[in-house]
Amino acid sequence: MITLVFGMLLVLVGVWAMLTRKQIIRIIIGFTIVDTGIHLIIVAIGYVKGGTAPILDRAVSELPAAAAGVEALGKVVDPVPSALVLTAIVIGLAVTGLMLAYTVRLFKHGKSDSIDDYEEQKW
Amino acid sequence: MIKNILTVVAIIGLGWILYPLLVDFETSTVLNPLAQEYVKGSAADLNLPNAVTAVVVTYRGLDTLGEVTVLFLATAGIGYFLKRRSNKKAKQTAGSEILQTGAKLLTPLFMVFGIYIFSHGHLSPGGGFQGGVVIASGILMIVLAEVNFHFSHLILQFSESLSGIAYVGMGLAGLVLLGLNNFLDPRYFLPGNYLALFSAGAIPVIYSLIGIKVGSELASVLAAIQQDGGEA
Repeated sequence: MITLVFGMLLVLVGVWAMLTRKQIIRIIIGFTIVDTGIHLIIVAIGYVKGGTAPILDRAVSELPAAAAGVEALGKVVDPVPSALVLTAIVIGLAVTGLMLAYTVRLFKHGKSDSIDDYEEQKW
Repeated sequence: MIKNILTVVAIIGLGWILYPLLVDFETSTVLNPLAQEYVKGSAADLNLPNAVTAVVVTYRGLDTLGEVTVLFLATAGIGYFLKRRSNKKAKQTAGSEILQTGAKLLTPLFMVFGIYIFSHGHLSPGGGFQGGVVIASGILMIVLAEVNFHFSHLILQFSESLSGIAYVGMGLAGLVLLGLNNFLDPRYFLPGNYLALFSAGAIPVIYSLIGIKVGSELASVLAAIQQDGGEA
């Protein structure tokens, strides 16, 4: 629950940063804050009360393989949101890198990192 | 002024959209049916302890394939934007004594740790993506420390494309060996013993290929940034 609240706050803070800042680098930082907030929201949705990581070793079950899954059902969190966040983090890293590379290119071209100096490229 | 008001309106609007999710949210006490199937199937069908890996590599394997593609596209974009125009030698200052010594000591350990993470992705938390990122951070350390460190583009290209092709090939092997519904099905290898390193069919192999792919993709991002350094 707290994770969900913090995630939503991070999304709002990140959007505020993206809308009000002028430097492109700070807008990108705002984007990464939104990204982190969304990760927290997804993880919070996948949480099951009292659950642990969905790894079916001796921590959740002493039974042999085929029966382990059934016994672990009440003890683990939802694996799907965890898998989604796992991939989303790496994608976020790559997209952030792409945006930063674009910023570097833009800075070389126009010698400025403020979006106000790129008015003609707005539309 | 009008812009500030619009900003506040946008933030409040977004908060208003998120608010019902927050109010009606209750932490669930049981797994939903889909997750139950995944957790049961992971142990029973795939002989795989880590249910997250089961989702990433097998049940949603197509998503992971698409994600590796997105990663490749982003890397290609970075390479394009940071392409060097002139032949000016990029200026780089050497790292301090501490950084250089630390990099020499730690980079091999980073590599081994990264390989450990992606080869044990089916048993413990971790996997190809995490392992690849750890390997890339080891490479980053040596890039920061050494002035005369040059990437071998041949090795980067080969490891990147070969691991990508091999990953698709492993997926297609399921199609050929197990039938038409089994793209990215890893069960054509022996299941092995539960909780052993060589178990869970082809999953460790697939996840290691993903690890090599992610590691070399991020290393080529570092190569692009290093080439570009000191020119702006």
